[in-house]
Amino acid sequence: MSMAEMEVPRNVVEEYLCMDRMPHMWCSGCGIGTTVNCFVRAIERSKIPRNKIAVVSGIGCTGRVAGYIATDSFHTTHGRAIPFATGLKLARPEMTVIVYSGDGDLIAIGGNHLIHGARRNIDLKIICINNFTYAMTGGQAGPTTPPGSISTTAPYGGFEQEFNLPYLAESSGAVYVARWTSFHVTQLTRAMAECLKKKGMTFLEIITPCPTLYGRRNRQGTGVDTMKMYREMSVVKHGADTKEAAIVPGKEILVGRFVDIDRPTFLDGYNKQMKSRLGERFPEYRGISEESDPLEQHGENEIEQ
Amino acid sequence: MSAEVNSAIKSSEEAKERKGPKGCPVITAERCKGCGFCVEFCPSNVLRMSRSFNSKGYHHPEIVDAEACTGCDLCGMYCPDFAIYGIRTGGKKRMKDEG
Repeated sequence: MSMAEMEVPRNVVEEYLCMDRMPHMWCSGCGIGTTVNCFVRAIERSKIPRNKIAVVSGIGCTGRVAGYIATDSFHTTHGRAIPFATGLKLARPEMTVIVYSGDGDLIAIGGNHLIHGARRNIDLKIICINNFTYAMTGGQAGPTTPPGSISTTAPYGGFEQEFNLPYLAESSGAVYVARWTSFHVTQLTRAMAECLKKKGMTFLEIITPCPTLYGRRNRQGTGVDTMKMYREMSVVKHGADTKEAAIVPGKEILVGRFVDIDRPTFLDGYNKQMKSRLGERFPEYRGISEESDPLEQHGENEIEQ
Repeated sequence: MSAEVNSAIKSSEEAKERKGPKGCPVITAERCKGCGFCVEFCPSNVLRMSRSFNSKGYHHPEIVDAEACTGCDLCGMYCPDFAIYGIRTGGKKRMKDEG
């Protein structure tokens, strides 16, 4: 049978997306859709069953990922994606919980949650899409906007020191820190698959173009121009010192896997400490079991009534 | 799938003189927002931006050199609108599935 008569295989991404919501709301030339492609392929490779995956997002352009992905997902309040995800992970430790959010949500409003999530090493996979601006609200200057950039709230150029996200994550205690751009699709897919396998809080920064609100004002041109700029400017340096990973406009962008260490997670530490003090009296905590879950016990009958 | 795709698959099958894997891009023009990532980053230069528009008024990609397609699916990886993907029709059976 020739291929021409065969049924054309479907796009792998469509299996994992709510296709009835397409076309999505991201602009032409935005890189978030590209990262979703990589994310779906990473899930596919990791072979984690779909009912064991939960995607948690905050508010913002990237926050919409939770709405488009056809796994368990949670669209939370602004900046609070990590607290919601922490609760989810501690109640159901068998789930793989991914926090998929933007820089404005994770670093600005949710900055405190990020550093404490990393400090406590809660088993969350943080995917931070960095487009250097608050895109959904109209392109205001944020904590990742590099000095000198033009934005709606800094029409003569910003002057504030910006966050160096890999350095922030490493010093807070994340066990895996990497940075890629949306140009590096194969490396990004591999990094996401590594994150899904890794135990502990992983932090993956993805630099994406925002041609509508950042690129246009900062002489970066269209989405394709920005992607081409990433191709020329990025330098892969695995294990590089995250102190040097700050993004300076016009200078090279360090990408790669910077940190990959092992450290006991929050739940491991809790069980170990309680066991050491209480001994046999302490039953090891492995999440809310289905027998002890009030929703599972009473939920069905109540719904029927 | 559309007759256009089938004819593209057929022409990629007929590309016997070129060695290596063969494939074909599948385009959903209606979903395209014309960013041009697939055209720019296709390693075999299979695509170009079409002169025609879709119903939203965006130029979408069209196949210009179907025989060159290797089915690497890089267009599918780049497309932010999930409007294009590559399928392998000949040569190597599946893409390398790296872990």
